[in-house]
Amino acid sequence: MPLPAEFASLEPFSDWILVTERERYAKRLASSMAEMQAFYDAAFPLLEPATTYLEQFPVDSLPEPERNLLLLMMSLVTVSFPVEVWKQARVPDSGAAYLDLVSEPAV
Amino acid sequence: MPHFAKPAEGSWTEHYPELGTAPVDYTDSIDPAYYEAERKAVFRRTWLNVGRVEQVPKTGSYYTKELAVVDTSLIIVRGKDGEIRAFHNMCRHRGNKLVWNDYPGEEVKGTCRQFTCKYHAWRYSLNGELTFIQQEEEFFGVDKSSFGLKSVRCEVWEGFIFVNLDPAAQPLADYLGEFAKGLEGYPFHEMTEVFTYKAEVGSNWKLFIDAFAEFYHAPVLHQKQAIKDEADKLFRVGFEALHYELHDPHAMISSWGGMSPPKDVNMVKPIERVLRSGLFGPWDRPDIEGLDPLPPVLNPARHKAWGTDSFHFYPNFMLLIWAPGWYLTYHYWPTAVDRHLFEANLYFVPAKTAAERLAHELAAVTFKEYALQDANTLEATQTMLKSRVISEFPLCDQELLLRALHKVTADYVKEYRDAAAR
Repeated sequence: MPLPAEFASLEPFSDWILVTERERYAKRLASSMAEMQAFYDAAFPLLEPATTYLEQFPVDSLPEPERNLLLLMMSLVTVSFPVEVWKQARVPDSGAAYLDLVSEPAV
Repeated sequence: MPHFAKPAEGSWTEHYPELGTAPVDYTDSIDPAYYEAERKAVFRRTWLNVGRVEQVPKTGSYYTKELAVVDTSLIIVRGKDGEIRAFHNMCRHRGNKLVWNDYPGEEVKGTCRQFTCKYHAWRYSLNGELTFIQQEEEFFGVDKSSFGLKSVRCEVWEGFIFVNLDPAAQPLADYLGEFAKGLEGYPFHEMTEVFTYKAEVGSNWKLFIDAFAEFYHAPVLHQKQAIKDEADKLFRVGFEALHYELHDPHAMISSWGGMSPPKDVNMVKPIERVLRSGLFGPWDRPDIEGLDPLPPVLNPARHKAWGTDSFHFYPNFMLLIWAPGWYLTYHYWPTAVDRHLFEANLYFVPAKTAAERLAHELAAVTFKEYALQDANTLEATQTMLKSRVISEFPLCDQELLLRALHKVTADYVKEYRDAAAR
């Protein structure tokens, strides 16, 4: 899955290019902290450059590489809680509780 | 010493003397007979919010709403005249469910010119009139004009669609009262980018309202969500609301919200600093009309640190309006005395840029992290209440809305039971 040339360094993490929150959250739960940390360490420094770069496109009609970049950064948001706060994939004290995002704004 | 002024009586609770200050009996959340009474006394007689006008944007747009609590399924549809109507989702021929796909219990939505029953092809107009009977000549003088879909009271307030199963109910605007009047003009119609969360929760419906009707729990249950210094401070200080107000049967709590944007960016996580967003929403207000000045009912304490107002429209609809210009709704649909379906919707002004979309994503993801912790306490509470080891619990002044919810419900149930006994 192509990314804009300026963000080619994130291509090893293209398996985080996922269209729905359900897929992103499932991948978070299925990933080790080491895997999420590696993705976070590569992507976080590029978050601000990515939002600046994407300013030039209307968000509702992104070309494929730019759309991939946005979806990748949405996965960064998904892993930010485990990496920055929890030190684990699951929300602490959440037990068997679940909350499904059944509809979300399309990207 | 309170940080924020309380009423002259010394507490919010004593400002409403009918509530008393005694411990509250939670048998109302475990007793099956009480739940059966609530279904009739409350859910069959009050206005229930079942969605927004954006869900039925044009003629023929419809969706179905499963309402187990009142044993029915409804069709909400926009007619040729632009009016939104509600009907019981039931064919007049032999009672088949009219609109559904493969699974009769699943809600569906779409657009159509008419409704056709999949059993014997009886057809109904968008206004609910019976327009076609298959092999009509085989029937015995069925007058189509008296076999339309069974309608349900349906009224709209500020784009929110409500239904009421009681044909004699007062008009919606009268029922919603002063809070709704004071909110009119808020630009709900601009906030059409929606995140919808659903979960089935193993608790009585009132227990999850309890959880979201007080923030006394927030510095404790959600302590690990904030960075350490901030969490320690919040825990030490505890929580006090800016303002509370009750207009029977509805209620509101007004809260501070210094995180949007934070006074000091070091108080928040790295991703929040980059995306300028978090639990309280995006830090930058959308560029739309209607946010300044805000409708008068918002931020009643006129406090500069105001963050969010939560309105509980009885029985099961909560509307949270956040200072940075977005809103959130909660619905709690009972399915049994100890189960309910929980739905949360986050509404934003549609993102124009990737940065805005990511700010919304962070707010939605953060909401889920908190709500999972909130939801998980509920089954634990329900199972212990069920033990009946203890049934009365002391509620503090910051739990005023809980006291009101259980009292208002008791009032409805008592009125219903008294009327039934006469």
